[in-house]
Amino acid sequence: MATQREALTTPASATSSRRDVGVATTGSTSGTGGLTPYLFLAPYFLLFTMFVLAPAVFGLWISLHEWDFLLPNKPFAGLGNYIDLFSSGSTTGAFFWQSMRATAKFTLYSVPPLLVIPLLLALILNGQFRGRTVFRAIYFAPYVLGVAVIGVLWQFVLDANIGLLNSMLGRLGIDANIAWTTATPWVWVSLVGVTVWWTLGFNAVIYLAGLQEIPREQYEAAAVDGASAWNKFWHITLPGLRPVLVLVTTLTVLASANMFGQSLLITQGAPGNETRTAIMYIAEEGLGNFRMGNATAMSYVLTVFLVLTSIAIFAFFRRFQD
Amino acid sequence: MHNLKHPAPVAFGGGIDRRSFLRLSAGAGVGLALAACGPGSSNAPGASGEQQQSQTGTGDTYDGPAVELAFWNGFTGADGPVMQDLVKQFSSEHDNIAVKMSTQEWADYYQKVPNAVSSGRGPDVGIMHIDQLATNAARNVIQPLDEVAEGLGLDPANFPDAVWNAGVYNDQRFGIPLDIHPLGLYYNKKLMQQAGLDPESPPQDMDSYMQALEALKGEGIQGHWMSPFPFTGVLQFQALIRQFGGDLFNTDATQATYNEGPGVEALTWMVDLVKEGHSPRDVGQDADHVAFQNNKNAFIWNGIWQIAAYRDTDGLEWGVAELPAIGGEQAAWAGSHNFVLMQQRRPEPNKLQAGAVFIKWINEHSLEWAKGGQVPANQMVRDMPEFQELEEQSTFAKELDYVHFPPALPGIGDAMATMDTAVNEAVLLQKEPQQALDDAAATADKLLEENAKKYGA
Repeated sequence: MATQREALTTPASATSSRRDVGVATTGSTSGTGGLTPYLFLAPYFLLFTMFVLAPAVFGLWISLHEWDFLLPNKPFAGLGNYIDLFSSGSTTGAFFWQSMRATAKFTLYSVPPLLVIPLLLALILNGQFRGRTVFRAIYFAPYVLGVAVIGVLWQFVLDANIGLLNSMLGRLGIDANIAWTTATPWVWVSLVGVTVWWTLGFNAVIYLAGLQEIPREQYEAAAVDGASAWNKFWHITLPGLRPVLVLVTTLTVLASANMFGQSLLITQGAPGNETRTAIMYIAEEGLGNFRMGNATAMSYVLTVFLVLTSIAIFAFFRRFQD
Repeated sequence: MHNLKHPAPVAFGGGIDRRSFLRLSAGAGVGLALAACGPGSSNAPGASGEQQQSQTGTGDTYDGPAVELAFWNGFTGADGPVMQDLVKQFSSEHDNIAVKMSTQEWADYYQKVPNAVSSGRGPDVGIMHIDQLATNAARNVIQPLDEVAEGLGLDPANFPDAVWNAGVYNDQRFGIPLDIHPLGLYYNKKLMQQAGLDPESPPQDMDSYMQALEALKGEGIQGHWMSPFPFTGVLQFQALIRQFGGDLFNTDATQATYNEGPGVEALTWMVDLVKEGHSPRDVGQDADHVAFQNNKNAFIWNGIWQIAAYRDTDGLEWGVAELPAIGGEQAAWAGSHNFVLMQQRRPEPNKLQAGAVFIKWINEHSLEWAKGGQVPANQMVRDMPEFQELEEQSTFAKELDYVHFPPALPGIGDAMATMDTAVNEAVLLQKEPQQALDDAAATADKLLEENAKKYGA
C-alpha cells in the first residue's frame, strides 16, 4: 500500500531520480497490491534458500556434531568443535589460528596494492592514446586464466634453484638464490605479487567504469578554475569513485580472505604450514580428512571475522562521506 | 604439474594429496556426469557374436546376461591409455561384459567416489591405493571381497605378504592388488662419469653413497637434491626410517613412533645432505626431478612410475638400482593399486560376477600394465620372461621383499600427513629434525586417538 500512496503523491517529474520513476511505474501498473514485488523476488529467494540459507543452517547443525556424512553415527558434540578451536590441546586449535594468521597476513599485504595499482592503471588507461584498447586487454588478460594455470606457471618461474626469476636475477648480478616459494618473507612476496599480477585487471576494469561515470563537465570546470592535476584527482576523481571504491575494497578484502589456490599450488603451505590459509585448512579438514564438524565450526568462525571486516569497511567509507 | 608426478599422489596421506584434492583440475565434474549415466544399457561397443571368448587362467567365466560395468580410476597420466587398451581388449574378448572406464584426478576421485556411492550412483569397479582401503572400507564405500578372491582362485602365495595383508581390514579383504610401485634409485650416468665414478655400479650402501656424493661435490655437482615435499622428500623419509630399523607407528597404530631414534636418524641424514651441500637449499616441488632430467642432479629416489618420463628425456643417460641401504637394512617405500568393488544400494549378482571376471583378467594381463612403469602384484606375471626383459621394472621388482605399507587403519592418512609438515620444516632448515618430528608426532597421536574413536564406534 505504501508504494501506491507514494505513487499517488510523488509526481514523476523530470527532477526525480531513476529510482523514483521505477517506484511510480510499479505502483501505477500493478493492480494486485503488495504481492507483486514478492512474486518477482520469489524465484531468486527460492534459489537463495536452497543454495545459501538452507546449507548455512545445516552447516550450523553439522558444526555441533562429530560429522562424517558416510558414517552412521554422528555423535552430538555441542559446542565441542568450537571449544576445540580455542584450546591448545586439540588437533585443530593451533593449526586453525595459524591458518587464520596466514589469511590475515595475506589480506593485509595484498589489499593495499590491489586497491592502489589498479587505480593508477585505470587512470592511465582512461586517458586518450593510441592502442588504449589493446593495453586494456593486456592488463586484463591474466585474470582470464584459471588458478591452476597461473599456479603451475609461477611455481616454475619462482623456483629457487631452477626458476626463471632467480636465473634472470643471477644474470643481473644478483646471485642471492632467493627462496621465493619455501621461505618467509619471500613466500608472501610471491603470493601477493602473483595475486596482484593475476587479478589487478579485474579491479582496474571496475575502476575504469567508475571513472567513465564521472561527468566531464566537473573536470572542465576545475580546469577553468585553474585546478592542478592533483587537485582534480583529490577533489573530483576520488569522491566520484566513492561507491566504486566501497565495492572494490569489499570485493578485494573478501577475495583475499578466501585465498586458496595460490597457496595450494605455489607454496603448498610451505615453509611448514606457514602459508596454509584458513580456507585451505578448512578444506583439508572437512573434505580431505572428513572431519566436517570441525570444518564447519571453523567456517563459522571465519564467517564472523569476514562479516565484522565488511562492516568495518562500510563504516569506514560512511565516515568519509560525512 | 601432475604429468611430472606419479598418477598416484593422492594415496599416501601426504599433505600434497590432501592439499591437492581441491586442485581445480580438468577432471572436475566428470564424476557427476558419469554417475548420471550409470547402469542400464548393456550394448557393448564392438561386441559381436563372432568374437571368440579366449579365457585365460582357471576359467572363471561369466555366462549371464549382458552387463555393463562402470570402472573408475585416477589414471590421468601415461597409465591411462594403457589401462584403456586393456579394457578394450577385455571387452572385445567378452561379448556379454562391457566395461566403461572413466578417469579423473586421484584427488577428485577420492572425494567423488564416496559421494557417488552414498547417493547410489557409484561405479561397479574401481581402483584404490592400498592405504586408502581401510578408510574406504570403514566408510562403507567399498565392499568385502573375500568370496570374490576365493572364487577367483587367487593364490595368496602369488602376492608379496606385505601387499596381500595390507588389503585386509577387520578380518575382511577389501582390495585385490594389481601392482606395486616402489621408490627406487635413479642415477645419472653422465654425471657419475664426470666425477670419476663407475656408471655401471651405482652406490648401494651408506659408505659408497657418501663417497659418490663427495666425488660429485668435488666436480661442483650437488648429487642428491633433497625435496622438502611429499614427492619425493616424505617418501624418502618413509624408506629411510625403515632402513634405520624404525617404523612410522607402533604395532597397533595407536601412537606415532617416527619421532624415535630411527626417524630422527633418517631425517637428520636427509637434512645433512642439504647442510653439507650435496643438495641445494629450498628445493621446490618437482625441482629435484627437473634437475635430474637436466643433468644437474646425479641421484634421485623416485617412484617406478617415472621410468617413462626419464626414457622420454632427450640427452639423459640414466640407470636404475635398488635404494641404497643408507640405514643399514634394506627397505623401500611402495604404493599399490588395488581393485575394489563399490558398495551398491541394489546389489546385482551378475555384475559382481562379471566384475570378478574383469578383475582377474586384468590381473593376469598386467604385463602390459607393467610396461607403463609398474611391478605386477601377481607373481605369475612377474615370472614371465617378458617381464624379466623389462630392465628397469625387474630391477625395482627386487625391492618387493622389503617394501613397506602403512598400517591398514581407517583415517591413517590424517596421521601420515603430519609427517609432511615435519619433513618440510626440517629439510627447509626451519626446525631441528627431533623438534619437527616431536611436534608432528604429538598431533599424530591425537589424530590416531580421535580416529580410533570415530571409526571404532
